[in-house]
Amino acid sequence: MTQTLIACHECDLLHRVRPLPEKSKARCRRCGSLLYVHIPKTIERSLALAITGMVLLVIANIYPFLSLESQGTILETTLITGTIILSQQSMAGVAILVLFTSMLIPCLLLGALVYVLWPMKIGRRLPANRWIFRLALTLRPWSMTEVFLLGILVSVVKLAKMATIIPGTALFSFLALVFVLAAVNTFLVPRTVWEKMEEWR
Amino acid sequence: MAMTRVHAAQTASRSGLLNCHGCSLLVRQPSVAGRVHSRCPRCGARLHLRKPNSIVRTWALLIAAFIFYIPANLLPVTITTYLGSTQSDTIMSGVIFFMKTGSWGIALIIFVASIVVPIAKLIVLSGLLLSVQRRSRWRPEERTRLYRITEIVGRWSMLDVFVVTVLVALVRLGYLTTIEAGSGVVYFAAVVVITMIAAMVFDPRLIWDALEKNDELSAH
Repeated sequence: MTQTLIACHECDLLHRVRPLPEKSKARCRRCGSLLYVHIPKTIERSLALAITGMVLLVIANIYPFLSLESQGTILETTLITGTIILSQQSMAGVAILVLFTSMLIPCLLLGALVYVLWPMKIGRRLPANRWIFRLALTLRPWSMTEVFLLGILVSVVKLAKMATIIPGTALFSFLALVFVLAAVNTFLVPRTVWEKMEEWR
Repeated sequence: MAMTRVHAAQTASRSGLLNCHGCSLLVRQPSVAGRVHSRCPRCGARLHLRKPNSIVRTWALLIAAFIFYIPANLLPVTITTYLGSTQSDTIMSGVIFFMKTGSWGIALIIFVASIVVPIAKLIVLSGLLLSVQRRSRWRPEERTRLYRITEIVGRWSMLDVFVVTVLVALVRLGYLTTIEAGSGVVYFAAVVVITMIAAMVFDPRLIWDALEKNDELSAH
């Protein structure tokens, strides 16, 4: 049951959905916004990426993230240290924001995708999967791992003259996570997932 | 020219269809006005012809962001203690620090992400709102593109919040140097989050509705 018409989300113009060659994009002919893409095996690829991302997130949380060496003293931090220190400095709101955008939301997003896509792959469905998939899509703009990574780069440059910064295992895992989340954004085609859900109702 | 094509534009709303915000399913508009509680049959999201109260909500958020923008820039975001002496840094003095130490690239990144982008977002969204309220027909394509860029780049303003977080986590050797977060970062984070939400609640289709001949779809 494939829908034949699609309306542009930014200008409401109707378009007829036509089959696209692989990896190409259809844009609105009036305002130029992205209408739909054709990504083969979107469910399998997104699921594989989501599982990879969850593993990377676990690694990023258990190993040391960044260490600072100054005058013979080494201070080791983990991914969550910043949040803890901020909350100790009565910056609870900012601490929660950082915790959510750099860790909890990516985790929820990947978890939600696994919850919806894995059963879909083996031909089943779990309760509330529509609601959870909608949640995942809503969370996408709030997952800011790539911005956090740039923040780390800026901080390291700032501290470079004062101390030596030693990257830890978690940092490399986090770096990989940034790429995995970017790939999820590229390969996940919500439309295909919704159509598959519709088939089974 | 372009205008004649625009007039004949076959939009979802003209064809009696609603575009679901959640899953892009086209649903037939109920003939009666009481559509507030209807939900999408495919994804379960609430259905609206346009994002509800888009103009009023976006204005409310923008005004809040404008107010928070002032303390965000005037109050310190970091307080550095070095051998007993303290130094407070605002966002701008952070940029100047990088310029003085020769890290021009980093200075530019922070300047763009923390100063240019937030104020540009506030101006662009205010301008878009005014143009929609005046039912302007001026360059809808460019205005939509401006909106799209605003929505995409907004998240990068969180950069400074993350920089402060990492600095605070790393520099706390107590007796030598300590960096503490200043209250400016609270307002700054608020500006970023509020303008992101403002961009989300603004409905770019209102730009195009003004081009329709009969205006029963007027902004609400």
